[in-house]
Amino acid sequence: MAVMTYREALNLALREEMKRDPRVFVIGEEVGLYEGAYKVTQGLLKEFGPKRVVDTPIAESGFTGVGIGASMVGLRPVIEMMTFNFALLALDQIVNSAAKMYYMSGGQYNVPIVIRGPGGPAHQLAAQHSQSMEVYFYHVPGLKVVRPSTPMDAKGLLKAAIRDDNPVVFIESETLYAVKGEVPEDPEFVIPLGEAIVRREGRDVTVVAYMGMMYRAMEAAEELEKEGISVEIVDPRTLRPMDAGTIIGSVRKTHRAVVVEAGAGFAGMGSEIAAFIMEHAFDDLDAPVERVTGANAPMPYARGLERAKTPSKERIMEAIRRVCYAERS
Amino acid sequence: MPRTPLEPRFTVEYLSILDSDGNLDSALEPDLSASELKRLYRAMLLGRRLDERMVRLQRQGRIGTFAPIKGQEASQLGSVCTLRPTDWMVPSFRETAAMLWRGWPIEKLLMTFAGQLEGTQPAPDQHDLPITIPVATQLPHAVGLAYAAQYRGDDVVVMAYFGDGATSEGDFHEALNFAGVWHVPVVFVCQNNQWAISVPLKKQTHSRTIAQKALAYGLPGLQVDGNDVLAVYAASKEAVDRAREGGGPTLIECVTYRLGVHTTADDPTKYRSEEEVREWERKDPLTRFVEYLRKKNLLEEGLEQQVDAEIAAAVKRFEAMAPPDVLTMFDHAYAEKPPELLAQRDELAGRLRGPDDAGSAPEPPSSPPMRGQRKTSRWQN
Ligand SMILES: Cc1ncc(C[n+]2csc(CCOP(=O)(O)OP(=O)(O)O)c2C)c(N)n1
Ligand SMILES: [Mg+2]
Repeated sequence: MAVMTYREALNLALREEMKRDPRVFVIGEEVGLYEGAYKVTQGLLKEFGPKRVVDTPIAESGFTGVGIGASMVGLRPVIEMMTFNFALLALDQIVNSAAKMYYMSGGQYNVPIVIRGPGGPAHQLAAQHSQSMEVYFYHVPGLKVVRPSTPMDAKGLLKAAIRDDNPVVFIESETLYAVKGEVPEDPEFVIPLGEAIVRREGRDVTVVAYMGMMYRAMEAAEELEKEGISVEIVDPRTLRPMDAGTIIGSVRKTHRAVVVEAGAGFAGMGSEIAAFIMEHAFDDLDAPVERVTGANAPMPYARGLERAKTPSKERIMEAIRRVCYAERS
Repeated sequence: MPRTPLEPRFTVEYLSILDSDGNLDSALEPDLSASELKRLYRAMLLGRRLDERMVRLQRQGRIGTFAPIKGQEASQLGSVCTLRPTDWMVPSFRETAAMLWRGWPIEKLLMTFAGQLEGTQPAPDQHDLPITIPVATQLPHAVGLAYAAQYRGDDVVVMAYFGDGATSEGDFHEALNFAGVWHVPVVFVCQNNQWAISVPLKKQTHSRTIAQKALAYGLPGLQVDGNDVLAVYAASKEAVDRAREGGGPTLIECVTYRLGVHTTADDPTKYRSEEEVREWERKDPLTRFVEYLRKKNLLEEGLEQQVDAEIAAAVKRFEAMAPPDVLTMFDHAYAEKPPELLAQRDELAGRLRGPDDAGSAPEPPSSPPMRGQRKTSRWQN
């Protein structure tokens, strides 16, 4: 194990996979000379040269489509979105081409691409740059969607995504790039897609949360421990395919669930998770599932407003107390 | 300081070799052997006859909606015939003739428009992409294939097809720009058939030609008479050879005409005149090529009957096929089947087997269950 930042873990994953497999290359805006808008591709141009670290014109649809084309003949492009919000310009390529080429070709061409970059609320990036972009993708059959919360997950899941034969949407976070954690140095360390992890064991309530919200839920759990509420936290890590088994298993143990998500709650990830908990563990529940979500409004730029839109530790704690029928102490 | 013209000056050329009156510019006549010429004509005829047959099949409800090619045979075949089997062909949705040339069996094309997924499945050794419906989105893929060729050092060329309407899409411009910047081996073949459904070319673009759009991206652009198979061949050969030798991409605009409907769901009498269609029928790509071959004594007796028999046999094979297996809908969503998909597949399979052995539906509880008592879940931990 080595201690490194989330950013370094991603960089290491890219470097190891590019060394392991000559078919892997990185493509996107500013990924080469500039080493990435968030420096995730640091040093790669120098190590692997311009054929494998490709700076592109500013054309998200174009370079996503190029990646799709190259992947159909066996290359394994890792496509960087400067921020995932810009993937909206490539939505047709991702939804209609990447996700469907395998189907439309009757299984002849798969599209082993990874589309990666930061998404979700950060620090005052405002309405057009703060969206929880996973919601646009996990609805689509054919796509896999990953949201890695820790440096270890960032490395293990990115490597799995690169080795996966399907198109993988891999959304990082600006707020996590500097987070440090232990990361295995073994180049064969891979975390399979579709496996959730129990971040914290508890008896009384299951909280499902990922990325920044997972850390916030951890803080809430620490405080509630003092009130005698024991919180279990499950991080899905891969949103599609979702490891429903781990979440259901936890709910069967605690009999209560709270789902937290950073973005607008309407038809969000929380809705899906709450629905399948209800479908699969209704009789195990002692309280209705609660969702704690961002407001259904565009992200404001002003600091105070931004904070108020996104779920706070207090709101998470309140929801947990409610499902536990616990009085505020 | 005066304004000065920039060098180099940009020019766009128009190429015609065999015009609609049958006049031949013999200085430009391509060097095609008798057997190559005969093969080209047979392919044009097959494209035409199959197209007409498919329209009838659709009218009779035997296949679904499709996009006919009538009038565009020369544009497709003059270009596609310059590819090697190892080169890549990237179609839009109106390339029946080009696909036939590339080895797609007739029944596969019919299957495509009967909803049989296998119809859109290229053979494992076939270097073609399946048809693309979202306009122009295939063009970045073509550049990606060409980038992969350059990446690996293969001497492969990619040829991508699209219409005049597609040149308004961002993906067209992004693809040309990428191809230019990276100097990759791709030939963009625009079939300017004058219409994008009901929108005429002059409402699609204010440019005088489509070919000139290449110049903005630093690529050569050439306009050809798209109903002149010799001109299309000559232009494509030049572009394919250049691409293969490392000379980069080219845009070819084939000026042609869609003589039929946009798709079998369209009625063009609503938006264009009979006279216009008559005018273009006079420029039919097959008529002039027949005359050219006649003069060379290369017309084969009974070719039409031969081609029709080939089509009839394929239609017969196609109609003898079983309808698609319902469960195949789950087959190619992912490279493997995630649990959620397997569960849905099993559920449907159970329902298809009928109520007798479906057996999986839980019994309704007789009294309100206590917590944890009833198994509502299909999920096994
Ligand atoms: C992105 C997208 N927009 C709209 C359509 C609907 N549509 C299908 S074909 C077509 C016209 C295309 O015109 P053109 O590129 O000239 O090709 P042609 O049909 O003439 O061969 C349109 C608008 C589509 N399939 N995809
Ligand atoms: Mg058109």
